[in-house]
Amino acid sequence: MTTAAAVDLRDVTLAYGNFVAVKDVSLSIRKGEFVTLLGPSGCGKTTILRSIAGLVQPTGGEINVAGRRIDNIPIHKRNIGLVFQNYALFPHKTIFDNIAFGLKYRNVEKAQIATKVTRALEMVRLPGVERKLPSEMSGGQQQRIALARAIVIEPDVLLLDEPLSALDANLREEMRTELKIIQREVGITTIFVTHDQDEALAMSDRIVVMNKGLIEQVGTPEEVYRRPESRFVASFLGQSNLLPGRITGIVDGLATVRLDKGHDLVAAAPASLKDGAAVTAIVRAQKVVLGPPERAGLKGRIISTSYLGGSAAYFVDMGGITLQSIATIDDRVWREGEEVSIAIAPSDVLLLDEGGHRLR
Amino acid sequence: MSASMLSAADRRRPWLLLAPSLITLFVLMIVPIGIMTIFSFYEFVTAGVEKEVFTTANWHEFLTDSFYHMFLWKTIRVAGITAILCALMGYPAAYCIAMTNYKHKWLLLLLLIVPFWISFTIRTFSWIHILGEQGVINVLLLKLGLVNEPIRMLYTEGSVIMGMIHFLLPYMILNVYVAIEGIDRNLISAARTLGCTAWQAFREVVLPLSLPGLMAGLLLCFVLAAGSYVTPQILGSTRDALFGNIIFDTIMDELNWPMGSTLSLVLLIFLGAVAAVYSRYMGLSRVLKGLSG
Ligand SMILES: Nc1ncnc2c1ncn2[C@@H]1O[C@H](COP(=O)(O)OP(=O)(O)OP(=O)(O)O)[C@@H](O)[C@H]1O
Ligand SMILES: [Mg+2]
Repeated sequence: MTTAAAVDLRDVTLAYGNFVAVKDVSLSIRKGEFVTLLGPSGCGKTTILRSIAGLVQPTGGEINVAGRRIDNIPIHKRNIGLVFQNYALFPHKTIFDNIAFGLKYRNVEKAQIATKVTRALEMVRLPGVERKLPSEMSGGQQQRIALARAIVIEPDVLLLDEPLSALDANLREEMRTELKIIQREVGITTIFVTHDQDEALAMSDRIVVMNKGLIEQVGTPEEVYRRPESRFVASFLGQSNLLPGRITGIVDGLATVRLDKGHDLVAAAPASLKDGAAVTAIVRAQKVVLGPPERAGLKGRIISTSYLGGSAAYFVDMGGITLQSIATIDDRVWREGEEVSIAIAPSDVLLLDEGGHRLR
Repeated sequence: MSASMLSAADRRRPWLLLAPSLITLFVLMIVPIGIMTIFSFYEFVTAGVEKEVFTTANWHEFLTDSFYHMFLWKTIRVAGITAILCALMGYPAAYCIAMTNYKHKWLLLLLLIVPFWISFTIRTFSWIHILGEQGVINVLLLKLGLVNEPIRMLYTEGSVIMGMIHFLLPYMILNVYVAIEGIDRNLISAARTLGCTAWQAFREVVLPLSLPGLMAGLLLCFVLAAGSYVTPQILGSTRDALFGNIIFDTIMDELNWPMGSTLSLVLLIFLGAVAAVYSRYMGLSRVLKGLSG
């Protein structure tokens, strides 16, 4: 292969005893790419990182990094940078010794270690703290030191396990941007783990959405957000309405979905859609447009309103079906009990088959 | 809240809470030590009789008689050997208990404490049946024809050290265990991913971070061994006596209370000094941190 993937997982499976934490995960990551593993707690994100680093041994499959198979070589011979959620800085060593640690075991010369450490500290915007101990640094600073320690060894891939989750909200936003800038500067292939979708959407080149040890979807932030492949992805990312129904007719590429309570919804029909099929219609809350009750179309009544400043979130009762709607406020805010009309554009309706997979 | 804002009752409260322990300490420690200090300056007349006059004769005797120096040095040596052997034997055990993936770790810790359920004296006596001339080992060796006459294992310095290790090892293991248990496993993982072999990661992370526990264990074992009296009494010959036994003999056999008091104070001052110097250089806070994890 001319363009070998920087990281290539093939059918990686890992079981703790009888419990399968990661199942047949295949994933190929380009050099320099920033890929995020996103999923709920316990879906196996950390397990994948730890098996790449060698801290756990997969029960099946193959892991290649920088064109060489690594799942059968010992941890210390893999060239991988891992940043832990709790930073895991060596408390008894100075910042200098922490960052120099990996270089020392790579037999780098003393003089060169010093320059590399200095450069790494400059990169994470913390010059001059070499003599301090980790306990003398703030959470955000420790985070940067941990990053410097992982990057300075010039690893083939940088693994970040929820590195921002221990920081407070403001600092997290700041570090999010900073991390991304540093990653671009160094051009290092990065796998980032989080269960925070905003973080994933903001930072990633590609997102891997995981659930129960399986990959649900891989795609750019826009793809996974706008074109969810499955019920899980649709409900995990953003706010969506999931409406079960049945196709009652397809005309000119437009399908009519008869919802459970008898409403008709018009959706753009995918090629594989069959008349009479049971489907689930997915509509993002942002795509449920509310209007004055005189307007034609679906009718509803506001159950609750949450005023969010620039926008408002509504729950609307549509003849027994509760819809979620989020709208930017240009003229008015709908109040509880008000009658509204509901408009949903056909192109904003995605259809899932009975198995919960998107129809194409 | 600043100190000036505390009411009189608030300021009294700590003292009220401390009072029981302070009174106990005063009555059972300070007063007896004071009385012993006074006795150490009395004049010894004959067995059981002393004259209440001020004399430094007892201290002079201790400082000049090499008999006492010899036994003090021997006590230091035996206690030192015991503490170091405890460390060598205890560290791997503590490491295994702390690092095991075995689900019922508490059981291993319980096993460590089980010996304490049997009286210390009985545990010490049991060695006689193991090491003695009619003990298990010698009987077995004789039966197998490996030796012609019983090997002398009991009533030696070795058997004394063995008895003390038997009694002190759990203290060492618990101290080290707590220290190792408190180490974040991610630190080991971090060291490994940065290029350490398992052994190098142990040397770089686990060993230095468990050192306070090890040091606390060493101090504890040394002090307890140097102050021990029952073990050498039961498992040692007269030559294997430690300083505690000398004090016992002086007071109980010679009925020389002034000299006995002097020697007791010597041991107290010596062990106190060891603990003080040790904590000065190790930092008592670090030792205590090791104790508390
Ligand atoms: N050492 C272990 N022994 C047994 N089961 C384990 C072990 N480590 C993890 N698991 C299980 O494997 C599953 C995946 O764990 P993992 O740590 O990879 O989840 P995660 O996606 O990182 O979750 P989180 O977001 O909470 O960190 C979980 O259900 C967990 O209970
Ligand atoms: Mg995790």
